[in-house]
Amino acid sequence: MAGFLVSLLLIGRFDRGDGGFQLIERVEWIPAIGAKYLIGIDGISLLLVLLTTLMGFVAILSSWSSVTERVKEYYAMFLLQQTGMIGVFVALDALLFYVFWEAMLIPMYFIIGIWGGPRKLYAAIKFFLYTMAGSVLMLVAILTLYLQHFDQTGFYSFEIADLLSATCRWGSSVGCSGDSSSGSPSRCRCSPFHTWLPDAHVEAPTAGSVILAGVLLKMGTYGFIRFSLPLLPQASIDAVIVQAMIALSIVAILYGAFVSLMQQDWKKLVAYSSVSHLGFCTLGIFALNPNGLAGSVIQQVNHGISTGMLFLIVGVIYERRHTREIAAYGGLAHVMPKYAVVFAFAMLSSAGLPLLNGFVGEFTILQGAFETNPLWAALAVPGVVLGAAYLLWLYQRTMLGQVTRSENLRLPDLNLREMAVFLPLIAWAIWIGVYPKPYFEILEKPVARIVERVQPGYFAARPAAEDPLPGLNAVQEAPLP
Amino acid sequence: MTPFYTATDHLVLLPAIMLAFFGCAILLLDHWAPDIMALFRAANPKDRKWLLPVFVLPGIAFTAYTLWRQQSYLAASGATDIQAFQGSLVIDGFSLFFNWIFLIASLIVAIVSYRYLDIEGEHHGEYYGLILLANSGMFFLAAGSDLVTLFIGLELMALCFYVMVGFLRGDRRSNEAAMKYLILGAFSSGFLLYGFSILYGIGGSTKLAAISEAMAARELDDPVLWLALITTAVGLLFKISAAPFHMWAPDAYEGAPTTVTAYLSVASKAASFAFLLRIFLGPFAASREVWEPILAAIAVLTMTVGNFAAISQTNVKRLLAYSSISHAGYMLLGLVAGNETGLQGISVYILVYTFMNLGAFLVIVALRRGNLIGDEIEDLAGLMRRSPGMAMLMLVFLVSLAGIPPTAGFLGKFYIFLALIETGHYVLAVIATLYVAVAIYYYFRMVRTMFLDPSAEQEPLAGSFGLRLAGVSAGVLTLAIGDYPEPFLRLAQTSILR
Repeated sequence: MAGFLVSLLLIGRFDRGDGGFQLIERVEWIPAIGAKYLIGIDGISLLLVLLTTLMGFVAILSSWSSVTERVKEYYAMFLLQQTGMIGVFVALDALLFYVFWEAMLIPMYFIIGIWGGPRKLYAAIKFFLYTMAGSVLMLVAILTLYLQHFDQTGFYSFEIADLLSATCRWGSSVGCSGDSSSGSPSRCRCSPFHTWLPDAHVEAPTAGSVILAGVLLKMGTYGFIRFSLPLLPQASIDAVIVQAMIALSIVAILYGAFVSLMQQDWKKLVAYSSVSHLGFCTLGIFALNPNGLAGSVIQQVNHGISTGMLFLIVGVIYERRHTREIAAYGGLAHVMPKYAVVFAFAMLSSAGLPLLNGFVGEFTILQGAFETNPLWAALAVPGVVLGAAYLLWLYQRTMLGQVTRSENLRLPDLNLREMAVFLPLIAWAIWIGVYPKPYFEILEKPVARIVERVQPGYFAARPAAEDPLPGLNAVQEAPLP
Repeated sequence: MTPFYTATDHLVLLPAIMLAFFGCAILLLDHWAPDIMALFRAANPKDRKWLLPVFVLPGIAFTAYTLWRQQSYLAASGATDIQAFQGSLVIDGFSLFFNWIFLIASLIVAIVSYRYLDIEGEHHGEYYGLILLANSGMFFLAAGSDLVTLFIGLELMALCFYVMVGFLRGDRRSNEAAMKYLILGAFSSGFLLYGFSILYGIGGSTKLAAISEAMAARELDDPVLWLALITTAVGLLFKISAAPFHMWAPDAYEGAPTTVTAYLSVASKAASFAFLLRIFLGPFAASREVWEPILAAIAVLTMTVGNFAAISQTNVKRLLAYSSISHAGYMLLGLVAGNETGLQGISVYILVYTFMNLGAFLVIVALRRGNLIGDEIEDLAGLMRRSPGMAMLMLVFLVSLAGIPPTAGFLGKFYIFLALIETGHYVLAVIATLYVAVAIYYYFRMVRTMFLDPSAEQEPLAGSFGLRLAGVSAGVLTLAIGDYPEPFLRLAQTSILR
């Protein structure tokens, strides 16, 4: 828990005006191959590190009563995993990034495998194999870039800043992005790489699902933003690849939404809804303009908050009733009023209601997508509608109406600890929803750098070059007094 | 005329002399062991534990000292190599690197054996003698630069292993394994010898240097060259258990006493690789165009067979046998890449493989007690509760074998991938990386059994002090190489065969 408090200090030391990396720490690690221990943060990683530590804090608080066996090992695994995830978000050396990326898999394997649900063993190994297969391909891509950098400059380095200076040959850059984009989505679960997701999510313990949904899949999208786009600019604007990624995103949005509508299992519904939401994140990234990218990062944070809350909500009820069948509930609002209110918040933020965080992210992404190609936005919009549909329907089936089962009559409402779990998340959701400006300010410079890198002259070619987020500011100003 | 036995010859040969001397001393003295024990009024005249501190450890210490002498002599002379016996033996970074690995493997195996052999009820002095003699044979495989020297080294090592694999006289599996290993091993030696005879015909000399020149002068489509290449390669690939010549490995590994399996899988494989590198980078270097695609295909086949056969195994020793086959495939890929990174990669890979594979077998050795053989996967069940220390060690070794950072196994694979990409073998690199994911499946089946399954047994393991010490050292090294590889990479850098 102390981790979260320490990470708050980061905000204080973070200088918003500077677009580059800050708080850099550099130690030679393996000079023979030019690998360094190099870490630092920019606006994008700052937000994600904060999300990681907050989610860790919340998840640990939530597992207070649900984890009863092998408690010591559980928390050890949990902290190891936190280390790996934060490492991924702050690493500025490609090899170090990869090492953190892999190292965090093993604790997750154990968290799912030891403390998970009935089919935990199957889910754990499936999760591990899928993510591993993706990430070793990413390693091939990293190595290819590394060698090209060596060919052009004559010295070995894994430092991202150095790798950026190498210009990739077109053919191999397409190959690399093929590699890295099959690596990242398997983690951020674009369809068709998502099949591990329902198993892993459903079988993981509540805290595990929260971390999986809240943080882990952000590593995939973060990989796109930090590596795929800036390192492989030619491939990133290649029409075929962009179209393919956009198509995958839209398919993910719609497919996730439709499958969610069909679910009988509360947790699976939430799991598929996050496929849909992640589709928005990748859509934003491959819109390749400031709005899309910034919106995507915001949406990643949002998704962490709202889906994390939804998983926590499932966890709370599962702890009391030990079933996740939606049909087993109904009219819970009468029995557990506080719970119903919290659920309403989580659901509305996930569905993208204005004034809550989900709206800001989705709106910005759609705006970005519209700028690039109106058709994309048009195809993605039904995802928002469907999202509202399945969430509201879920709420209706579980919370509203008369209490249908006698067992549900005596369920205790949220206690103080559980409220403490939800409150910071709700507060953050409202903050982003009502006043997102600080977040966009943090993101403005790093996002602008990436866009400039991918589409040189993007800003120069537009009259609004001074203000990289033209449409956004108007939107944000509106809800302010 | 050159003098018959110079001071340089002596210096170069000394490690092998030391090992053979102590090995033979054990064989001889073991005969009178009951009398000696009676002299000291020992309670149990059949006890052979004393051989370990009295002969094996000093033998290894002396050998280490002579190796260190060689190393400092080589460094002081400033030359890349020192020839001895008119070019039959050579001391270079390559031979020193491999000899250190053999010696460390012998030390670890000897230390962990005494408890294990007691439990098996087959504690005989010959065992230690065979370990030292096998190590002596390995010395010639790493340092030999003459066909006859290399072949004698190979046979010395192999003969010791044939006996050690069948060391459990009362056990049918052990006998069967020894028989299989002996017959197939002799068969492959025949192939190898046939190839050597053609090489001798081509070169008119048994010295590798002379043969290299003669081979380089030949056309690439010369049938004699092809014949020499193929027969020699078959013999060598058999020794490193590459598919399709891997059939002996699972049976031999399963039937042999576990300590011998550990030794066989690490030291014998490293020595055979040293042999293979000497031949392929020596006489065959000029015909790379011919064998590179063949080796690439064999490497892929080896990884395929190893990884997929391992999935369905229920016996840990058999599983590790198949996994070691797939590791041989990775190492071969380093040779296929063939540039400096690739060769350094093979050295790094063999180094880390030594520690992680030995370590994994040590844990299996620790499981052996009383009437429990401990080599079925179920025997690992609940190890985390019974013996958390051993379970954590095994986790480190398995994660490393799977090649996941931050353990040493990742570094080995990293170098192989790097070399493949550097030389433009993208398809091979992708195949090799995908097999990492396959390998995780069966390694983590063991992890699952250890950590997640309930255990039938409750007693903690009966590991000896030596076993714990060896296990912890191997574990610490596996993590150390993974987390701070710099000194080990420099070491491997010196070992590249030029």
